[in-house]
Amino acid sequence: MNFDPSHSKRSFSSVGTRPIRPDGVDKVTGRARYGADFNMPGQLVGRILRSPHAHAIIRKIDTSRAAQLPGVKAVLTAADLPDLTNGDAAMYDILDNCMARKKVLYDGHAVAAVAAIDARTAKQALKLIEVEYELLPHVTDVDQAFAPDAPLINDTIFTTGVDPKPDRPSNVSMRSQFGHGDVDAGMARADFVVERTFKTEQTHQGYIEPHACVASVSSDGTADLWVCTQGHFVYRQHCAQLLGMDASKLRVTSSEIGGGFGGKTHVWAEPVALALSRKAGRPVKLVMTRDEVFRASGPTSATSIDVKIGALTDGTIIAADATLRYSCGPYAGAWAEVGAMTAFACYKLENVRTVGYEVLVNRPKTAAYRAPSAPMAAFAVESAIDELAKKVGMDPVDFRIRNAAQEGTKASYGPVYGPIGIGPTLEAVKNHPHMKAPLGKNQGRGMACGFWFNFGGQTCTDLNIGMDGTVSLAVGTVDVGGSRASLSLVAAEELGIDYSQVRTVIADTSSLGYNDMTDGSRGTFSSSMATISAARNAIKILRERAAQMWDIPVEDVTWENGHAVAKGETHGNLPKLSLKEIAAASGTTGGPIAGHSEIVADGAGVSFATHICDIEVDPETGATKVLRYTVVQDAGKAVHPTYVEGQYQGGAAQGIGWALNEEYIYGKDGRLQNAGFLDYRIPVCSDLPMIDTQILEIPNPNHPYGVRGVGETSIVPPLAAVANAVSNAVGVRMLHIPMSPPRILAALEA
Amino acid sequence: MRYIRPSSIEDAVGLLAEAAGKAAVLAGGSDLLVRMKGGFIEPELIIDIKAIDALRHITESEDGFVIGAAVPCAVVGENAALRRAWPGVVEGANLIGSKQVQGRCTIVGNLCNASPAADSVPALVAAGAKALIRGPAGSRTIAVEMVAVGPGRTSLAPGEIIEAILLDKRPPRSGDAYQRFTPRTEMDIAVVSAAVNLTLDDRGVVQSARVALGAAAPTVLVVEEAAEILTGSRVEDKTLDRLAAACSGACRPIDDKRGTVEFRRKVAGVLAKRVALAAYQRAGQK
Amino acid sequence: MMAGIAVSTNINGDNAEFLCHADETLLDVLRDRLGLMGVKEGCGTGDCGACSIILDDRLVCSCLVLGAEAEGRRIETVEGMAQGDQLHPLQQKFLEHAALQCGICTPGFLIAAKDLLAKNPDPTEEEIRFGLAGNLCRCTGYDKIVRAVQDAAGVMRGA
Repeated sequence: MNFDPSHSKRSFSSVGTRPIRPDGVDKVTGRARYGADFNMPGQLVGRILRSPHAHAIIRKIDTSRAAQLPGVKAVLTAADLPDLTNGDAAMYDILDNCMARKKVLYDGHAVAAVAAIDARTAKQALKLIEVEYELLPHVTDVDQAFAPDAPLINDTIFTTGVDPKPDRPSNVSMRSQFGHGDVDAGMARADFVVERTFKTEQTHQGYIEPHACVASVSSDGTADLWVCTQGHFVYRQHCAQLLGMDASKLRVTSSEIGGGFGGKTHVWAEPVALALSRKAGRPVKLVMTRDEVFRASGPTSATSIDVKIGALTDGTIIAADATLRYSCGPYAGAWAEVGAMTAFACYKLENVRTVGYEVLVNRPKTAAYRAPSAPMAAFAVESAIDELAKKVGMDPVDFRIRNAAQEGTKASYGPVYGPIGIGPTLEAVKNHPHMKAPLGKNQGRGMACGFWFNFGGQTCTDLNIGMDGTVSLAVGTVDVGGSRASLSLVAAEELGIDYSQVRTVIADTSSLGYNDMTDGSRGTFSSSMATISAARNAIKILRERAAQMWDIPVEDVTWENGHAVAKGETHGNLPKLSLKEIAAASGTTGGPIAGHSEIVADGAGVSFATHICDIEVDPETGATKVLRYTVVQDAGKAVHPTYVEGQYQGGAAQGIGWALNEEYIYGKDGRLQNAGFLDYRIPVCSDLPMIDTQILEIPNPNHPYGVRGVGETSIVPPLAAVANAVSNAVGVRMLHIPMSPPRILAALEA
Repeated sequence: MRYIRPSSIEDAVGLLAEAAGKAAVLAGGSDLLVRMKGGFIEPELIIDIKAIDALRHITESEDGFVIGAAVPCAVVGENAALRRAWPGVVEGANLIGSKQVQGRCTIVGNLCNASPAADSVPALVAAGAKALIRGPAGSRTIAVEMVAVGPGRTSLAPGEIIEAILLDKRPPRSGDAYQRFTPRTEMDIAVVSAAVNLTLDDRGVVQSARVALGAAAPTVLVVEEAAEILTGSRVEDKTLDRLAAACSGACRPIDDKRGTVEFRRKVAGVLAKRVALAAYQRAGQK
Repeated sequence: MMAGIAVSTNINGDNAEFLCHADETLLDVLRDRLGLMGVKEGCGTGDCGACSIILDDRLVCSCLVLGAEAEGRRIETVEGMAQGDQLHPLQQKFLEHAALQCGICTPGFLIAAKDLLAKNPDPTEEEIRFGLAGNLCRCTGYDKIVRAVQDAAGVMRGA
């Protein structure tokens, strides 16, 4: 690859405009096809039987009566799936989560599945499956699971990352540590210290579309999977590996996706649907109910975090320390590790230490949720920072500006930053009219900062130029929020043609090389990089064809604004050739014209945001009302500013819901009590104000257009911004998220 | 499973009695269909009462209002005369679910679902509303607070259907109000709720009052003591504080996913104050 | 075995007939028997509004209606909003304002907004927010949806 990804382009004609998205009309007319909107001839209905117990040994599963029910075509348990016991541990866990092998580990854990001719038969068949459980003690709370005498969830887990290696298994799968300097010495020098323990409850991504797929496995071993996913290539890899199939024989097509936010980066029911189809010899459609989505997909971690920060009288943070305990569900994870990396990433710190503990609990497997792990750490740190600013006697914005990381700062998690946006977002907030607006009685204002890494990763695109000069762009990163529009803009920009001349599609796994999934805010970042690279490869061919048409050396042909231009004294007066003209002649100049790109998109630009929240609290009931909300975030370069704003607003709204009302509620019996949208309260339209946005553009030096990821950072500051606002409104420091009315009232009366 | 849409109340009662407990009555369906979907009930027969013309109307007469069992809450909210006479009852009915649910759900369904948190019930209880019941043995009328006997359980005998809700004609200088506490502004279930209905004398003194609390006990709670506190008062601050204390004290709530005992107790009192004031102001405006 | 119930109804102006089971929801009938996949299932319990339809001028969740109840009624779904290739002003404004990201909630929002504007052609922001509170959106934070409805209301009043 001879592609130079450095930031080079500074003026744009297509990028930065706001055209209508290419998939828009289908989505407003009901034509767009999501996971559940696809059917195949002869298709069966798949359903999964789930454990009602939080922790139990599966003594026996009798499926014989279900199998005999007329209309049932396949019944499946873990015994029908490959036994990966002595294989790759991570793969074992993924398959065990899809179908429990020896024990059920949470309320909702799959134990058996059926495929039948219709939904009512499948439902009836589930009732005929008899499972004998031997109940075990369970633990669902992160702090209780962390305690040494907690019920043990997996006796093969010994804490890694500690020396000496422990001789007893525990619920802590890993300890991780980051930082530099001497925290204890620094803390000893501090004039002011804030030390607090915070807790956040488990939340769900809350995508409106339940998981859905149609699987079809033929007797010759070829297979098709239609599925709503953030990463169809990864789903293919995992399904093939779990079921012992050849990846190339499994074609996965990603449907339109009705929200994912990280929750559709893991396989859940898809391997089961494929296995059912293989067994039944017919296509199987498997759609989760909302109850199943809550109980058996992947919510985020519940956390418990200790923070201690010390400052000098001049406002310099002299030491920062945090211990973070994150729940992982019943399998080993690396969620606290990410929290530990992000916790202090906004600041320039001489002495910093973060320690993360991964804690197993009898809850569903933790999955990624938009900037996974960062919002909770930011809640703890930004709450403590606010309190420390008050102790020092500084304005919270000024205090943060004084300690903000900048270019050249060694981040608490290791690397040295390039040009970054934390300082500029803080300056923008300081000057924002929102900060000067008056507040009324029982109202408070809070602000907070947030950080997210952003990722790049493996990316492949095909840019095909038709004989009429229009362009098809095939990408492999699933479009979760408008990236087809952005990538069409990028292709148009690079080729010098109009946006309307480009159509971007998401290719299936058999039509394009491997792509990592749409996570880590990488969709537009990495696929735009690959698109630019593919377009430049296509331009090279376009120049060659023009040279051929003119019969001049290719070195004398340049590409300007969608045209080949001949240069030099001998042919400088040749009329330029448009892309359309070159394409029309392609049949006689060497065949189809296309540009391809296969890259590892390195150099994702870290992202920072600062949010402001005004809130009113009813002191008699603890009810809250968000009055005003402002997001300031660095986008690097906003390719389609409207969709960048949309990401900012959407992340803020999810964060506000998390801060105020969303939580998984477990009973003493270890069962989830609120597995539905009525009692798992995501914000409704009347709960929120307009969400103001301000896009800053500090170019990422490692992307030709300066693009950073924009999707995730917006969910990082809200927990803290809202908590700081509530704390300021009521005069009591809020330590437990969500700040539901009962918690606020209890804090007020404590 | 069968679905039948009878055209007379007699046919509906006959079908229900015949099915001997294995039939479900369908009005709005916003509870029934959810329970069927969750597998909590599997009736053999669904009796859709919406084709019975007599149940589909709100009628106003000399005696007051009759709200048919099949009238969706959205229609309740659109009835100007009812809104004027019983604003608190209408408030309660219009808080159930969302706009979409409003298009389906009915007051009678809400009552028969027998949830302690039912939004339309406290105001009906405070209003002294009655349920007109039709069964195999004929008709009877009972106070609405006699319908639910516990969470999910009613006093209806096999084969009985509530045909309508009866609301008395309003004396002058009367007002009612209902408020609930929910974490969200809409699309939610009452964590705790309160309704007050009162009538003033010509000097602005409360002549009679009824106070009811929702989600504060296994069934909607009538707080006699609170009514006594209001009676004879002009709903001054001092009265409101005593009212709040009486309501908080009368609560027998539980801890559950929607709220704690302490929270419900405290907020029951707060809401009682607020609705008493609202009802008083409404009464004074007449 | 249960017998199918024969139902005659009208969907988006066209007569339609189908057979369904007694416990089958109108949502399932629309999607699985009639192919109207624009009606989405987000929860199946009336809590998200993705399956919103207009039934005889009333906004309802089709998951809370039985298929059998559709007999003799008029049903409007998102598929009936555009006239030929002419988008409804709400559809056009949703596109222009980027009032959708993933788009799964969009059909329900469009139908709910259509019902709202039919009853209140000039709603305030607060009326729009409460009017659409039965529809969950997890992507947009509602900001651009509210703006699109405000803008469409203006266009429709002018039209």
